[in-house]
Amino acid sequence: MKARVHVMLKNGVLDPQGEAVRHALGALGFDGVEGVRQGKVIELDLAAGTTEATVTEMCEKLLANTVIESYTIELV
Amino acid sequence: MKAAVIVFPGSNCDRDLQVALERAGADVEMVWHKDTELPSGVDLVAVPGGFSFGDYLRCGAIAANSPICRSLVAHVERGGYALGICNGFQVLTETGLLPGALRRNANLKYICKPVALRVEACETDYLTDYTAGQEVTVPIAHHDGNYYVDDAKLAQLQGEGRIAFTYVDNPNGSVADIAGVVSKNRRVLGMMPHPERMAEPSHGGTDGKAMFDGLMSAMALA
Repeated sequence: MKARVHVMLKNGVLDPQGEAVRHALGALGFDGVEGVRQGKVIELDLAAGTTEATVTEMCEKLLANTVIESYTIELV
Repeated sequence: MKAAVIVFPGSNCDRDLQVALERAGADVEMVWHKDTELPSGVDLVAVPGGFSFGDYLRCGAIAANSPICRSLVAHVERGGYALGICNGFQVLTETGLLPGALRRNANLKYICKPVALRVEACETDYLTDYTAGQEVTVPIAHHDGNYYVDDAKLAQLQGEGRIAFTYVDNPNGSVADIAGVVSKNRRVLGMMPHPERMAEPSHGGTDGKAMFDGLMSAMALA
């Protein structure tokens, strides 16, 4: 089984990389991009039977820094 | 005074930190990240600058989960001193020993230059040889030094006088110009600027030396 973890900066935490991407899109003529947030995706190959609770623990302990980041887990 | 400098793969300020501590009078032992125990009798654990584990995942995140860091946390919980500079500051926030987190610099650039810092009115042994309000020049060298705490935590840090250094001219977007903070018991200091790179005349200045000297004299009295 696989889990896909999406890690994003929390709302309210300024994302300078997202802002830079937004500016670049504007410079390319893409009007109407009002905000860009950049995050990361981490794919985990897991042994059968690994629970979502274990993946949550992985996120809390290592994969996300919950001071500034939020995460969502997708089991696929 | 006995100090340990932790060395991770990718640390690059470990020897500078060792020399600065030794010149201030400490006995310094280098400790590899895979070690599980700190040398016995260590008073201060110093976490150096660099790019531990290539900054993979997040700066300091993998280092913070290395075997030696469990001993570091236990050392701090026993009331031991810990100093984190640059990547070391990132490691200390990732372990939870210090509040907040370090984000990518607001201008997205790696910044390497001397900056003016203001010594804040923060009661901690690290600032013994400085005076509150004093301006000092110390270099920074980082890509991810943009300090973040939420408003509630910032108010707490300000209320408790736990901000040790601020930037006179904020280079990286840090909340409230914060360059360094201390723990609640004031024995853990994390800072992005590098005092060990401004610790002898050949460095172009000695403003960082007072931090090591002041800490040593305060710890000798403790």
